[in-house]
Amino acid sequence: MSDGWVMVIGLEVHCELRTETKLFCGCPNMFGDEPNTNVCPVCLGLPGSLPVLNQRAVELAMAIGTALHCDIRPSTFHRKNYFYPDQAKDYQISQYDEPLNADGWLELPDGFRVGIERAHMEEDTGKTTHAGTSGRIHGAAYSLVDYNRSGVPLVEIVSRPDMRNAEQARAYATELRSILVASGASDGKMEEGSMRVDANVSVRRSADDPFGTRCEIKNLNSVRSLGRAIEYEAGRQIALIEGGEKVIQQTRHWDEDAGRTQALRSKEEAYDYRYFLEPDLVPLVPDAEWIHAVADTLGLMPAERRARLVELLDGKEATDSASQVATVVDLGLDDLVVEAVARGVSVPLALKRTANEAANDADAARRVEVGSYVALLTMEANGTLSATQAKAVLGDLLAAGGGDPAAIAKAKGFEAMSDDSLVATVGEAVASHPDEWARFCGGEDKLSQVFIGQVMKATRGQANGKAVMAELQRLRAEAPPG
Amino acid sequence: MTDPSRRPAVALAAAVRSGERSATEVVEEHLATISQDDGTIHAFNLVTADEARARATAIDRQVARGEDPGPLAGVPVALKDNLCTRGLPTTCSSKILGGWRPPYDATVVTRLHAAGAVMVGKTNMDEFAMGSSTENSAFGPTRNPHDTDRVPGGSSGGSAAAVAAGFAPLALGSDTGGSIRQPAAFCGVVGMKPTYGTVSRYGLVAFASSLDQIGPFANSVADAAQLFDVIGGHDPADSTSLNRPTPRALSVVDDGVDGLTVGVLTEYLDGVDDEVAARTRAAADALAAAGARVEEISVPEVLLGLSAYYLIAPAEASSNLARYDGVRFGLRVDAEDTTTMNTATRSAGFGAEVKRRIMLGTYALSAGYMDAYYNQALRVRTKIIEGFAAAYRTCDVLLGPTTPTTAFAIGEKVDDPMTMYRSDVCTIPTNLAGHPAISVPFGTSTAGLPIGVQLLAPALAESTLFRAAAVVEAAADQGGRT
Repeated sequence: MSDGWVMVIGLEVHCELRTETKLFCGCPNMFGDEPNTNVCPVCLGLPGSLPVLNQRAVELAMAIGTALHCDIRPSTFHRKNYFYPDQAKDYQISQYDEPLNADGWLELPDGFRVGIERAHMEEDTGKTTHAGTSGRIHGAAYSLVDYNRSGVPLVEIVSRPDMRNAEQARAYATELRSILVASGASDGKMEEGSMRVDANVSVRRSADDPFGTRCEIKNLNSVRSLGRAIEYEAGRQIALIEGGEKVIQQTRHWDEDAGRTQALRSKEEAYDYRYFLEPDLVPLVPDAEWIHAVADTLGLMPAERRARLVELLDGKEATDSASQVATVVDLGLDDLVVEAVARGVSVPLALKRTANEAANDADAARRVEVGSYVALLTMEANGTLSATQAKAVLGDLLAAGGGDPAAIAKAKGFEAMSDDSLVATVGEAVASHPDEWARFCGGEDKLSQVFIGQVMKATRGQANGKAVMAELQRLRAEAPPG
Repeated sequence: MTDPSRRPAVALAAAVRSGERSATEVVEEHLATISQDDGTIHAFNLVTADEARARATAIDRQVARGEDPGPLAGVPVALKDNLCTRGLPTTCSSKILGGWRPPYDATVVTRLHAAGAVMVGKTNMDEFAMGSSTENSAFGPTRNPHDTDRVPGGSSGGSAAAVAAGFAPLALGSDTGGSIRQPAAFCGVVGMKPTYGTVSRYGLVAFASSLDQIGPFANSVADAAQLFDVIGGHDPADSTSLNRPTPRALSVVDDGVDGLTVGVLTEYLDGVDDEVAARTRAAADALAAAGARVEEISVPEVLLGLSAYYLIAPAEASSNLARYDGVRFGLRVDAEDTTTMNTATRSAGFGAEVKRRIMLGTYALSAGYMDAYYNQALRVRTKIIEGFAAAYRTCDVLLGPTTPTTAFAIGEKVDDPMTMYRSDVCTIPTNLAGHPAISVPFGTSTAGLPIGVQLLAPALAESTLFRAAAVVEAAADQGGRT
């Protein structure tokens, strides 16, 4: 960021709700099926068809509103009119000036609060594939439309322009994704488009200046793209202003490969959506009882989940383990950690294995038998298995969804080294590194790693690191002084 | 119970249910009349003779097995061609729906079938129900059976003419600004527009969603009541369908008007033909003679109805008709890209009046104009509702003419939309209020053309409406000719 310039960032996030059926009809809400199989007169916009609001979608939308500390209000639906082939009715049913959820906030892991302007309900469009070289509608030989996604329930979460750098925007998107997953409202998969982020970016010379002219960036398919696009766009705007030009309010497309944004359309070319109240639907007025019932079913939110883990750690460890805490919460694996700890596994070990290894197959880890997982960590903790062996057993355990870790270890040929064999191997390592041994005995504790490494190499990871350390300590205590 | 000749459809059903007549015989009789006369009248876009015969056979088998096919057993019914019929063309008398066969039945069609009715065809109409003469049909005009040089009214002109010509004792139309009552008056039959929300709109191709309502045509008030009883009632597929018991119609139709207060709506008598005004006053006298208290009442807000209607209805239509884009169904005029294809399809597929209203409505909703036009019209709509509410504090029903004139000549008003629009001046306020109203034939003009009088009632007061209508009808039958 050039000196003195300040970014202003607001994000609009579209989130597909994880309902069984679509927002206004009974068609399955299913990603990846054969094109145009999950369709009916309603989601195809056939003449005479009418929408009926999906109650479950409203509940998930209210869950999002609750998790984001919004007011849940009486709301209405409007029609947003524009022609596009994948828009079945050539209008989108969306909430407009009376959204279901308004005026909330989201707290980032560092405590910074981003205001939430609104989180409203709307329907998704179908999906167009343009055949031809460009992949864009212009110049395509023909286009194919899949209406399976038409009418899938969405919640659009609009932040206030409270973020001041790309890092905050990334943190916001990551945290929001965790909240959406934790609330059960969405699977939060950016790569499948079930969470889509648009960024509004402007720059100003100082935090005291009024907001500059903003551009909206679309096609951000990952949190990483979001950060890159914001950095690029802010730089572009600063260069324009410093070069004596003006930023034009426009929608811009992020080109991931080229690493830059390109103009899609300016404010003057923007559609006139001719919003008006959807006459085929009645106002959505959730009563207090319903709102409370939804709030009661809401589980712990990520911030609460992180706090729960931090409480289990002591102060120093908590600082060191912050990224592990964030990872397990982000992946929905914190319940596994808490349960393992409750069953006697040490907090650092449970956290470390879950964040570093189990996280590699989070889907499986969320489903694994807790008893098996705990048994494995216990074997590692008491030295029955080395860390390396435990990691190998974990892979099989996750793949199988559970099972007896001792049996898996045996099948893999992992046996704890006998004490005699360990003592002998350590002795060999000491003997072959006399200088290091002398320095270790002189108090250079770090050199223990040399010997542990030697032993591990010699035993191909079968030795237990803690046992090796204990043997080194014993030998040092027995060593003649000087 | 009244003389069966005064309720021909009900009597016909009774004869079929008792085995006295066969449905096949009844249907063949009507098909014969259609094939004899519809070449001149052109009430039908499509005569569904094969389907009707098959259904009649099925009903006769039911009777033979001792089963009751329902209250409309074997009664031929004509359906306006904007009601979806599974597998059968549903055109809205527009080229743009050419080739389209809905994959589903409208809820009213399902209910008709369940009641034993036999659909004999789809009737001509003004394209997308936009018009007052059935001249705005892509398939040519319908002629008034009372004078084939004159229009049958519209937009449900085909349905009104079908009943007047004896093609079917019952028909369904849709009424957005008078499209049932006005043609009923022109053709000398009973036509009724129910309370908004009492009859499901599912499967009715939308013109103006907040105003559209399906309703019955019949040769008598009792028959119309029977048809209303069959098609009314909650439908979960229509979110605007009222979830409450539908007012009873047939069972109360002979209950008389003793003790009711009838308000003669003075605004509706201004500027109408003298003969029409005279017949309206005669109807008031008949109601008084039957025991009603009759008084004059003014609802000045109704004078604003026409201008509000011609903003609200086109605004909704501009959105409802966006889906006819050549992408998914109906006509497609191919072009080099999607936008050009959209434009070419709509230019070729829509007639002049539909285009006029789409442009009007698009304009009324446009940024910068919406408040002055569309929103202002909504405020007027509220005023009209309040005006009626004040009148219904003292009156049970209101009385006025249905139309300012009798049926006009074919071609007389086609080049002057404003004059054409004025023929709905007495019917439009009811749609804006969402109330029920009924047109009852009450004598003829010196030229021998039918005159209709209109009864209006507050929301869900259909029972009162039918009672008053039956009294007016009885007076007409007792020689109330001018």
